[in-house]
Amino acid sequence: MTPPTAIEDFHAWPDAHGRFGAFGGSYVAETLVAPLGELARAYDTLRTDPAFIAEFERDLAHYVGRPSPIYHAERLSRMVGGAQILLKREDLNHTGAHKINNTIGQALVARHMGKRRVIAETGAGQHGVATATVCARFGLDCVVYMGATDIERQKINVYRMKLLGAQVVPVTSGSRTLKDALNEAMRDWVTHVADTFYIIGTVAGPHPYPRMVRDFNAVVGREARAQMLAQYGRLPSVLTACVGGGSNAIGLFHAFLQDRDVRIVGAEAAGEGIASGRHAASLSAGRPGVLHGNRTYLLCDDDGQVIETHSVSAGLDYPGVGPEHAFLKDAGRASYVGVTDEEALAAFHQLARSEGILAALESSHAIAQAIKLARELPVDALVLCNLSGRGDKDVHTIAAREGIAL
Amino acid sequence: MKAGRRRIDDRFADLVAKGRTGLIPFITAGDPLPGAMVALMDALVDSGADLIELGVPFSDPMADGPVIQHASERALARGVGLRQVLDWVREFRVRDDDTPVVLMGYMNPVEVHGAARFGEDAVAAGVDGVLLVDCPIEEWQAAEPLRAAGLDQVLLAAPTTVEPRLSAVCAATRGFLYYVSFAGITGADGLSPESVRERVAQVRERSAVPIAVGFGVRDAGSAAAIGAFADAVVIGSALVERLAGAATETDLCHRARDFIAPIRAALDCRR
Repeated sequence: MTPPTAIEDFHAWPDAHGRFGAFGGSYVAETLVAPLGELARAYDTLRTDPAFIAEFERDLAHYVGRPSPIYHAERLSRMVGGAQILLKREDLNHTGAHKINNTIGQALVARHMGKRRVIAETGAGQHGVATATVCARFGLDCVVYMGATDIERQKINVYRMKLLGAQVVPVTSGSRTLKDALNEAMRDWVTHVADTFYIIGTVAGPHPYPRMVRDFNAVVGREARAQMLAQYGRLPSVLTACVGGGSNAIGLFHAFLQDRDVRIVGAEAAGEGIASGRHAASLSAGRPGVLHGNRTYLLCDDDGQVIETHSVSAGLDYPGVGPEHAFLKDAGRASYVGVTDEEALAAFHQLARSEGILAALESSHAIAQAIKLARELPVDALVLCNLSGRGDKDVHTIAAREGIAL
Repeated sequence: MKAGRRRIDDRFADLVAKGRTGLIPFITAGDPLPGAMVALMDALVDSGADLIELGVPFSDPMADGPVIQHASERALARGVGLRQVLDWVREFRVRDDDTPVVLMGYMNPVEVHGAARFGEDAVAAGVDGVLLVDCPIEEWQAAEPLRAAGLDQVLLAAPTTVEPRLSAVCAATRGFLYYVSFAGITGADGLSPESVRERVAQVRERSAVPIAVGFGVRDAGSAAAIGAFADAVVIGSALVERLAGAATETDLCHRARDFIAPIRAALDCRR
């Protein structure tokens, strides 16, 4: 464990090998080492190239609709009776979630590298839709791998991807969820490395993905930090966001990492409760291991086999987590806590009734955590919560859980 | 067990002396009949295997095609874990102290057991080497305790492995170099013996280490084509597929012999 005082500059990570302290790295099959190196070099050049940055920012403004506002959830805050809850409205982005920040960025990288074919994995379907969207916009072929179980629970997103011209490939191996879709996308990539660009949807995977995906989502925190200073004249007391792979969370957190007075709390999916064993809380209940190309906290058994996770939200149903979160946890800069299915659903309803906003089930975990944090804090404290996606896609799931036939 | 044995080096030296091409079958430990693994290993050696690659089942075999994925899933469903895999090697060593055994698998089981403990346990059981699919030389440090325990870490080279990495991989590998014949997953089609021949020749310019070629070798014909220039051929998915339907130990061993014997013959008559 690295003591918190040992890290002087959280913005200095990862190192050249993609390591965040003991986490990250590039644990991949030999065939992928060269294409990952090519990608890392291309991205390294592009990320400081003013023309590339301008291209990215133009699309964020005119296609995605950035900046997204910070909204003061006044009625919700009053009901909770504690600190003021502020929502960073990533749900208002084109396609309805933060995911598009990353897919725009990676599609631009793909175009610069001359790749014509894009593959992606998806859990809830949000990253698949965001990838299919940018592929349609840039005229790239798009293949999305999705677990057969997830295809069942996210039919609307499957159809959205097809409407956008993507091919959706069901994955029937393993637990038929996000992790298996990621395995299958890796297998596709290893087979078609020459012409294919793999758009990973979260801050996991081998180097340079955790860094690249973070950089593209970091616009969320940069905007939020400036908005806080402009609207409130101060930074929030605490930030919170949901953490599956952790891309929306790192997107919000990153700009605040050196603001040591700002507390950072990630909300993991505790499913039916950590004690039940049916959850997806890798940072709260997992151990360090290697999966999908990086070392991070993982949910696996004593023999190293990755175990099936559970969450009401498909987007958090992942046994690993981005290596930077593992690093922030061990460094003591961020803490990670579990939010159960029930708590997330209650928060979903409370936000809907108090503010007229249907949050994604993933984001409802963050809302639940924001409510908990607000209760403990004085009324003038500010809790900034990333409302990472909208809940339209989850309406069927919620109705089914509550025994309502639509 | 004799301490400090280098069974892999000894076996390749012996193959060179006899002018033979090595035959390396891959099986997934615990599939299809966990109770018959040692009998299966014996049958493979009896019918001509020179080294056995024993796949350690893993829940997320990212580099494997459907055949080995399913074999891994079946083994895990029967509760096969590292302890059993090592028990089978220990039992195999009672009768066979010469045929090298290389464990092939992924990093996470090593990480979770602790690399030092994994290495000590494997060496004590009679394992000679490890081939970790998701541990390229960039992550060399993570596997250091395995090498310190005395295991040979076999590295892979692929069509995408170019200089200066190719020389680094050739210099770092121990026992032999596993050359992946095409960019893809195990068991796929895509083998082109002529292009592999050129690549293997390039590797030879850089290293004296024996070269085993795998991925896409399915039968006597493809094995002989590769065996014409490789020091050894690895055959995995086609064998695993053939063994999968076996219902009894006798059936399993028959299938293994029927599969391996003609490949052995094809490799031998070539010389």
